[in-house]
Amino acid sequence: MPQHLISVTVENKPGVLARVSSMFARRDFNIHSLTVGPTEDPTRSRMTVVVDGPVMEQVVKQLYKLVNTIKVSEHAPGEAIEREIMLIRVNADPQRRSEIVEAATLFGAEAVDVGPSTVTFQVVGEPEQLANFHELMKTYGIVSLVKSGRIAMARDAKNQKQQRSA
Amino acid sequence: MTTITGAEILMRSLELEGVDVVFGLPGGAILKAYDSLYDSSIRHVLVRHEQGGGHMASGYAHATGRVGVTFATSGPGATNLVTPLADAYMDSIPVVAITAQVASTSIGLDAFQEAHTWGISMPCTKHNYLVTEPDEIAAAVHEAFHLASTGRPGPVLVDITKDALTGTAAFGGRKIIDLPGYKPSVKGHPKQVKAAVDLILESSRPVLYAGGGTIRAGASEELVKFAERLNLPVVTTLMARGTIPDSHPNTLGMPGMHGVYTASTAMQKSDLLINIGARFDDRVTGDPDFFAPDAAVIHVDVDPAEIGKIREAQVPIVGDAKVVLGQLLTQVNKRLGDQPAPEWTEWWSTLRGWQEAHPLGYVQDPDGPIQQQHVISELHRLTSGDAIVVAGVGQHQMWASQFWGFERPNTWINSGGLGTMGYAVPAAIGAQAGCPDDTVIAIDGDGCFQMTFQELITAALEGIPVKVVVMNNANLGMVRQWQRLFYSERYSASELSFTNPDIVMLAEAMGCVGLRADHPDDVTATLEKGLAVEDRPVVMEFRCDPDAMVFPMIPAGGSNDNIVLGPEDL
Ligand SMILES: Cc1ncc(C[n+]2csc(CCOP(=O)(O)OP(=O)(O)O)c2C)c(N)n1
Repeated sequence: MPQHLISVTVENKPGVLARVSSMFARRDFNIHSLTVGPTEDPTRSRMTVVVDGPVMEQVVKQLYKLVNTIKVSEHAPGEAIEREIMLIRVNADPQRRSEIVEAATLFGAEAVDVGPSTVTFQVVGEPEQLANFHELMKTYGIVSLVKSGRIAMARDAKNQKQQRSA
Repeated sequence: MTTITGAEILMRSLELEGVDVVFGLPGGAILKAYDSLYDSSIRHVLVRHEQGGGHMASGYAHATGRVGVTFATSGPGATNLVTPLADAYMDSIPVVAITAQVASTSIGLDAFQEAHTWGISMPCTKHNYLVTEPDEIAAAVHEAFHLASTGRPGPVLVDITKDALTGTAAFGGRKIIDLPGYKPSVKGHPKQVKAAVDLILESSRPVLYAGGGTIRAGASEELVKFAERLNLPVVTTLMARGTIPDSHPNTLGMPGMHGVYTASTAMQKSDLLINIGARFDDRVTGDPDFFAPDAAVIHVDVDPAEIGKIREAQVPIVGDAKVVLGQLLTQVNKRLGDQPAPEWTEWWSTLRGWQEAHPLGYVQDPDGPIQQQHVISELHRLTSGDAIVVAGVGQHQMWASQFWGFERPNTWINSGGLGTMGYAVPAAIGAQAGCPDDTVIAIDGDGCFQMTFQELITAALEGIPVKVVVMNNANLGMVRQWQRLFYSERYSASELSFTNPDIVMLAEAMGCVGLRADHPDDVTATLEKGLAVEDRPVVMEFRCDPDAMVFPMIPAGGSNDNIVLGPEDL
């Protein structure tokens, strides 16, 4: 199922998240991930929703239909800066620990916790980068993994044009 | 600055919105509001069940075009409103529900009569509010009325905590509306309007597909003018009956599952559907994959989400039906100049042929049993059609829609989208309360009647003289029809009783006049007697044929190419 990335600017009011998730359930839309947080304007919150589904026209329209929704933008692949955080704890007995940490450094992962037989890494990056790191760590044995869900911001329009002409 | 209680702020706010009547029932959490209501000029109609209050508000809104208002207390009072809210949401009816909530300090503690009204009502309202401070009441009420009545109308619920009602705050009149994300489009995009007219003038088999949106927008006059200017055939959905007179030569009637053959077939064979305020409901389209295969679509709707939801539109126009129809007419005049309008001669001769070959009809055997179509036709004749007709849900509803000739908008009130049995009696009471000078007639089934008849006590005590025609076929008739046609005549749990309840005694017990006919010979006299009653509600029971079936019929999920005209087609 194709995935789509949607940014939603909503009024920062109690219950808005419930309205959005209730609407998704009611309309049988599939949320892959959803993050919500404050923005530069304290009266606005920003949601980043990754939606599974073939077309987003109805999703966008139904989001707009919510009274508290101010702006909805669907980002074409590559059009937005996308980031996600992953915390991943892998098996690491003392003999293999340095090997694992070294591999992790190549991905820009940072060891944030070390236990007697595990290491926990934090990775910040594009979803693909996280997926690759996840894949690599499978060989060591994953104890626990959690992701933040994606956040996104459209690239600066000027910047985009330059990139295209480049 | 002087302060007043939240309850007083609520009443003053409602008065400022022009509210003249509220339908409701009190309880612990809302007592303070009722105490203020005692001093208010607003009329209160004390209902027997909150569901009735919600449908009354909806009937009032349907008939008057104004916002209907209902009150309920916390917990069970509020949950009893779920059905009427869902109903009003489906049919885009402007209703404001004011519910009370337990004190803000008790929320979440499973306090007595606490229900999560805000969460429960969220998916069946256009928007809703939880108000916990007295100084937030005025703004919430004002926004609620604004939201309910603008854009695509719909129900809005305002849940107010007990302490917000008892607390005090300053009241400065209506607050400005602060809804940065709510800007419904009114005017259609001029480029799209041009494209629409171009498409219409190129088409050879156009159909104007008028929906409930034309009624909600008060667009009937513009619709008729537009249809006349271009000599367009018009179909009117269940929610749009009366938007153009049924006596108008361009009207083909209702399309869909129990629609007129010509209306359904015209859409099916059309090369251009001009949808104004309709939503390609499955009761109109049948299986959408087989619906109107050759038709391009112009879709005018105030709600952008309706456009493209079921059927792709070649020309989408977001805007208010009244305004856009005006724009379309102007553009037609501009485009045509002195040229004559197209007449679609060939198309019309095909349509006239279908009308002649497949008219609606019924046979009333003079020896009985009574056919409901006969009762409806007689009722129409005796009132000259000058009445507001309210229906329940089932066979009687379909026959009422088919056999009543509607001449004006807002004279047909029914539960179209949700199909709520029990709608007719309370909705008729609401309509009558809003239009005291009109004759309001509920045409109800015996099953529906038994869901909400207790509101006739309300009507009798409040002096709201509605007329209720109960088509007693001793069955959940529509269910029986489906069981007969699709479940090998296995009549599982669809049989009621002709004699229990005794509807005449029941009516009399509730302070209404009760009348009965069980032979065709008595139909006219019974109706005449009932119509003459003016000082009380009247219930006219007709014992009808339990085996009668509604035709034409397009079986659910079938293609509109296969219209079943009668039992012989099955
Ligand atoms: C609240 C509710 N429950 C169940 C139904 C399903 N239903 C649709 S029509 C119908 C039968 C209605 O019977 P009656 O009021 O006697 O009308 P008739 O079809 O006989 O004219 C039923 C049960 C419904 N529409 N609404």
